[in-house]
Amino acid sequence: MKKLLIHNDKVPNIHTLDVYRAQGGYASVEKALKTMTPDQVTEEVKKSGLRGRGGAGFPTGMKWSFLAKPEGVPRYLVCNADESEPGTFKDRYLMEKIPHALIEGMITSSYALGAKTSYIYIRGEYFYVARILEQAIAEAYAAGWLGKNILGTDFSHDCHVQVGGGAYICGEETALLESLEGKRGNPRIKPPFPAVAGLWGCPTVVNNVETIAAVCPIVNMGGEEYAKIGIGKSTGTKLISASGHINKPGVYEIELGVPVEEFIFSDEYCGGIRNGKKLKAVVAGGSSVPILPTELILKTAKGEPRLMTYESLADGGFQTGTMLGSGGFIVMDEDTSIVKNLFTFTRFYHHESCGQCSPCREGTGWMEKILHKFLDGTANESDVDLLWDIQSKIEGKTICPLGEAAAWPVAAAIRHFKDEFLEIARKKKFTDVSHYNRLNKISA
Amino acid sequence: MSSQVHGVQHFDKAKRAEIKFSEEAMKVVQTIISHYPEGKQKSALLPVLHIAQAEFGGWLSPETMDYIASVLKIKPIEVFEVASFYTMYNLQPVGKCVLEVCQTSSCWLNGAEDIVKYIEKKLSIKVGETTKDGMFTLKVAECLGSCGTAPMLQCGASFHENLTYEKVDNLIEKYKSENRLRSYTDLDYKNTI
Ligand SMILES: Cc1cc2nc3c(=O)[nH]c(=O)nc-3n(C[C@H](O)[C@H](O)[C@H](O)COP(=O)(O)O)c2cc1C
Ligand code: SF4
Ligand code: FES
Repeated sequence: MKKLLIHNDKVPNIHTLDVYRAQGGYASVEKALKTMTPDQVTEEVKKSGLRGRGGAGFPTGMKWSFLAKPEGVPRYLVCNADESEPGTFKDRYLMEKIPHALIEGMITSSYALGAKTSYIYIRGEYFYVARILEQAIAEAYAAGWLGKNILGTDFSHDCHVQVGGGAYICGEETALLESLEGKRGNPRIKPPFPAVAGLWGCPTVVNNVETIAAVCPIVNMGGEEYAKIGIGKSTGTKLISASGHINKPGVYEIELGVPVEEFIFSDEYCGGIRNGKKLKAVVAGGSSVPILPTELILKTAKGEPRLMTYESLADGGFQTGTMLGSGGFIVMDEDTSIVKNLFTFTRFYHHESCGQCSPCREGTGWMEKILHKFLDGTANESDVDLLWDIQSKIEGKTICPLGEAAAWPVAAAIRHFKDEFLEIARKKKFTDVSHYNRLNKISA
Repeated sequence: MSSQVHGVQHFDKAKRAEIKFSEEAMKVVQTIISHYPEGKQKSALLPVLHIAQAEFGGWLSPETMDYIASVLKIKPIEVFEVASFYTMYNLQPVGKCVLEVCQTSSCWLNGAEDIVKYIEKKLSIKVGETTKDGMFTLKVAECLGSCGTAPMLQCGASFHENLTYEKVDNLIEKYKSENRLRSYTDLDYKNTI
């Protein structure tokens, strides 16, 4: 199994510059600055087929080539370390264990983009991780990897960390930029896109932590070699955050293309379902992506094994497929209430809606209210239709995709588990067995 | 919550004068401001509010927000609109230790509700309330990026993961005996329990 990002996460003191360097760290900075032009670095990233790891999967090389380069205007690279999509914790792992992997990526990527300054915007709750990054940055300055004339070249670069204040919406790239400017995290209307008018109105590239870290191995091995890893348009490796009812929750780096069944059941990864229970459903790419029942997550509607790739997970569209998203892989066992889990998601989106668009602000609130009726045992069968109706009126009608992210999980839960909603409505009773006594079992 | 309209009330002048960063904190604030281009010091607002919350009693009083506005040379309303948008800033006084239990999917699947109920019973408070001795405030939070180690709670800078009732007992004991304000900015973030 090929690992490129967290292959040395268990090396003692890998968070320090000395150990990181001894493991071959900062090689991509040396190679890029000394032997390549900025455009050549971008070219390698294009060849690699790397796609954004923040959730949308947009080709990174293409995004970089859109960056406007007007004379005399600074350009910025901003790292999206807001990581708040429920089920996702891979960026935290990478930054906490191997902070220099991100910093190295920031320098190499900034060289390609011609950015003299970069910012790492990290969610405020990860304050302690921000400290770890700051220490690593201080080490990098002291050793000349950051600052004036890096490696004696005329490339100079400053990298800073900014903490947020607690808001999922700041993961949306234009809300992030607003927040970085010291404002409320209200997403901007696009266009203009950040590549033209981003931070303080200057051309800006926003990339996820993992995307930026992946630039280092791409520069080191060459884009073509990187593209050989994975399957088709899903090149390279991906960090998957695995949680829920599995024996071995945690962060796994997989080569894109591993079968979902192997990922869930093999001891190399999740190690199967806890307590000998059966698999019921999986949310494969963070809370925003459609939930799939066992039959459809293990195999596509056509009966082919489902693979951990952008394409295979999306096979069948939203009718029978889902998305790779951020790689937040939440596994649910047979006792799980899909309705209750959906309620936690919807409550989340209602809480996190910034409030600018009525369909999102009001829709998320109404969906939470109706779902609460199911938990109360006061819902009617017609409430399922009402839920469906509300979610269908959000998609495509909002400034940013949070509205859709809130609607999709509701639609998918009803699509695949309608009977569960109807049963509660008929019995007028909700019985929560899903986590019954689970805690006592753990502590025993 | 934020029903008091900031900037309209008449604040106690004497109280406002007391609010001033220590020399050490001011240095940190100046360093943060230096990370942004000339004239873009407003960008420092979010991190500076965290420092202010830690320095001035765990919450952002109207006086504190006015002071921050003066430090960053921006209008008080610009501070308030930000402080009221983000969840990590307290606009009302809180206990010394704010326990924030994640209630989202992965944590719920692993018994987060039981943890909330357990703490409610143990401290005789409900979610959103503070104990009479001003020691603990109990809150619920949305996914804190610790889903693989669920259930979990955050207190200040520390993440307490893979929670059990026993772990909750221990950390409450520990915090009680230490008896100090816990902030996101704390340096001793190591998860010790
Ligand atoms: C509501 C919302 C939340 C998001 N949260 C994150 C996040 O926490 N981290 C992230 O990298 N991208 C997040 N994104 C995606 C970003 O807007 C953006 O596409 C991404 O940072 C681009 O980087 P990439 O191309 O490297 O993936 C979010 C998008 C939306 C709409
Ligand atoms: S969709 Fe929701 S979160 Fe996005 S801008 Fe509109 S109200 Fe805000
Ligand atoms: S769901 Fe609780 S930390 Fe992610």
